Formats: sequence, structure tokens, C-alpha cells
Amino acid sequence: MIPPTFDYVAPKTLSEAVAALGGHENAKVLAGGQSLIPLMRFRLASPAMLVDLNRVESLSYIEEKGGWLKIGSMTRESALEHSSLVSQKYPLLSDAAHVISDPVVRNMGTVGGNLANGDPGNDQPATMLAYGAEVVAVGPNGERVIPITSFFVGLFESALAKNEILTEVRIPASKPRSGGAYLKLERKVGDFATAAVAAQVELDKKDKFVSVGIGLTNVGVTAIKATAAEDFLKGKAASDDNIRQAAALAAEAAQPIADFRGSEDYKRSLVKTYTVRALRLAVQRAKGG
Amino acid sequence: MSNHHIHVTINGKLHHADVESRLLLVHFLRENLNMTGTHIGCDTTSCGACTVQLNGKPVKSCTVLAVQADGMEVKTVEGLATNGKLHAIQEGFHEKHGLQCGFCTPGMMMTSSALLEENPHPTEDEIRHAISGNLCRCTGYMNIVKAIQYAAEKMAAAEKVAAD
Repeated sequence: MIPPTFDYVAPKTLSEAVAALGGHENAKVLAGGQSLIPLMRFRLASPAMLVDLNRVESLSYIEEKGGWLKIGSMTRESALEHSSLVSQKYPLLSDAAHVISDPVVRNMGTVGGNLANGDPGNDQPATMLAYGAEVVAVGPNGERVIPITSFFVGLFESALAKNEILTEVRIPASKPRSGGAYLKLERKVGDFATAAVAAQVELDKKDKFVSVGIGLTNVGVTAIKATAAEDFLKGKAASDDNIRQAAALAAEAAQPIADFRGSEDYKRSLVKTYTVRALRLAVQRAKGG
Repeated sequence: MSNHHIHVTINGKLHHADVESRLLLVHFLRENLNMTGTHIGCDTTSCGACTVQLNGKPVKSCTVLAVQADGMEVKTVEGLATNGKLHAIQEGFHEKHGLQCGFCTPGMMMTSSALLEENPHPTEDEIRHAISGNLCRCTGYMNIVKAIQYAAEKMAAAEKVAAD
């Protein structure tokens, strides 16, 4: 299948890209293209113009700076997967990067695209919700920072304005006695999650939760932050009993619909089981295990 | 602009072409250049039959625009053999019966030859992980893995001879 006709520009700098995007009624950003190009081929999306960011080299980086792990929006998922910094200090991000679509797709797919696409089946949204990340967007009027909690507005809809480009996502820098995990059930490699759970925790010296982040993938119109479960655990001991109670709250926060991947009940039960397992693994990693 | 002049180096040879922005890389290869070694399978970025190497990295050419390859190097299955001599990965697929119908083979070889460039001594797990985005409808994975292992050994032996 062939996409409908469209104009195309491939600027080399961010400012040229912002100008190109703002200069056209129905322009869209092309990042890795692994969702957008299939959508265009099926004629589910028909932008009149694509602004290809693949030649904007300044948008590809992974670095710790000023208390954050900063990731350029055009960083490939495969770069995250193979980053020793990520695998050593950001286990949740590393877990997620290993299970996004398949290894060949990850050579093109980008972190920014995974977020900006607004697909609840994507894996980075729940990951970033669990981390409490921030997203940086640049438009004609300059830069603004969007907390991840207000970034996912609806199905395939983000807080980005039509003339804004997502340039960076930043995660609070890894702290001692913190850890995370991402667990995903997929029918086969390359499929979207039946459900997946992201967990990020920080423990104090007595193994009580200082902070907890829990994100749920593909069980609602957007990725879901399981706030009741998070609040329940804060200040409590990292015990199995508490983890189980929190998982029940996470399952209540899920809003799955029945489809070919499973029934509503099945998915809710899966969220519960995976929340228990993800939290256990996060706690184990926070303790240095 | 929806028409673009591109220059792409394919298997070491520079090609110039005028293409529409909507032309997919796989169609550019198969229809404009008549290089039909790269296959179209699922048409949905799932199966990996259309895998080629773009600047050394395996990508699904049904999900890359030809214009995106402007100024880049593309390697296809036609570029594996040199001077009529099969690449170790091709020899491996031949020796270990790594194909049944053969439809997934070009994509499998482009993914696995890229793996061996990056990781010359992969474990079986690493091989299976690397080819997990390439589907074989004949389910001939056992022999595909053996073919890749054969190629890894063959390449290591050749390297050793070169070093000696």
C-alpha cells in the first residue's frame, strides 16, 4: 500500500524544523516513522506535509545533567537498549527499551515518537509516568516544559500544539536505593501489550517507600498513572502484603476493554499480577539485588 | 515539494533518481531498480521480509521512505556475495538448510549479517533475540539459528587465518 501524496522537507536544524512545521496547515512531524508511515499507508493519516526530523542531529543524545537523565527526542529505541548508562542506572527504562516492538523496528523508532504518538499501547508513556518525567517542547514562541502527567490528553492526542516539536524527555537522575522494572505481556514479539506495568520506587534506610511511580500500558485510552496505588505505598514498608494491596488498587485504576487480546477481567487481573511482580522486582533492584 | 532528487549508494554503487516523497524504499528497490531480492511480506512493519541495512543497521524498508535514504548507504541481499563468492551467512543458510520456502530468507540474512558485524560471537539467545522481528512462516527457526551459528564460526575462522 502506498501513502497519499504529500510534501516533504528534511531540515538539519531544530529552528528550520519549527519554521517548516508552522508554515503549513496540515503538517506533521516524521520521527522514526514506525507508526506514522503504516498509518499513512492505510490512509488513516494523510498529512499534507511531513517535516522529517531524522537529519536534526542535535535531537539525539542520552546524558545525565543537572539532576536529570536527558534523552533527545530522536534518540532511537535501540540506542537506549544498548546504552550502558541506561542499563546500569535506569533499569525500568532499559526493560522497556528491550520490549518495544521488535529489534529491527527499534533501529528506527524513537523515544519522542513513542511518546508524541499518544498511543496507549506504546511502552514509553507508562514508563515515563512511573518515572515522573518531564517533556520539553519547542514551538515558534520558544520552549516550554510539560509535566508528563498532563502530556497524554486522549487517544492519539498529546498536549503538544500543532506547531510544537517534542525535543527532549527528562527523567529525575537515578538516586541511591531506587529501582524500577517494566513487565509486559505480549502475544508475540512486535505486538502491542495485552497489558504492561511500569514501576519505579525509592526506599529509605528502613526499607520504607520514599516514592513510588506506577504506570499502566494499554488498559485505557491513554497510559494510566495508578495514583491511588502509589499514594497507598508512600511511607509504608516494602512488604509483600503492602505490595499486594497496592496492586489491587492499580487493577482498579485500569480501564481495559475486551478485544482480541483478552477480556476486561483478564486484563485487570493481569495488571494486578504484573503490578505485584514489577514492584517486587523494583524493590529488589532498589536494594541492590 | 513532493518530488525529490536523491542519491543513494546501494551495495556500493551510487544511484541517482527522481522520486515522489511517498515512494517507499522497498518499492524504490524492487520497482525502480528492479532489485527484487528484497521481499514484501506483510506490508505492516511486522514480518521483516523487507529488511535491508541502512547505514549498517537493519530496518524494515516498507516503513522507510526512499527520500529518507538520500545520501545514505543501503545494503540488500544482492550485495552480500562478493565476486561470485557467497557471504558466510549465505553459505550458512545453504549448508544448514536455513530455508524452506525462502521468502523470509533475504530479511533474515540482512538482520543476522548485521548482528554478526556488531557481535561476532552471539549466544543462541542473542541470535534468537536479534531475529525476533523477522518471521518465518515455515517456522524453520531451528535451522535458521544453526545457519547463523555456522556463519559466525566461519567468519571467526576466516578472521583467525587473516590474523595469522
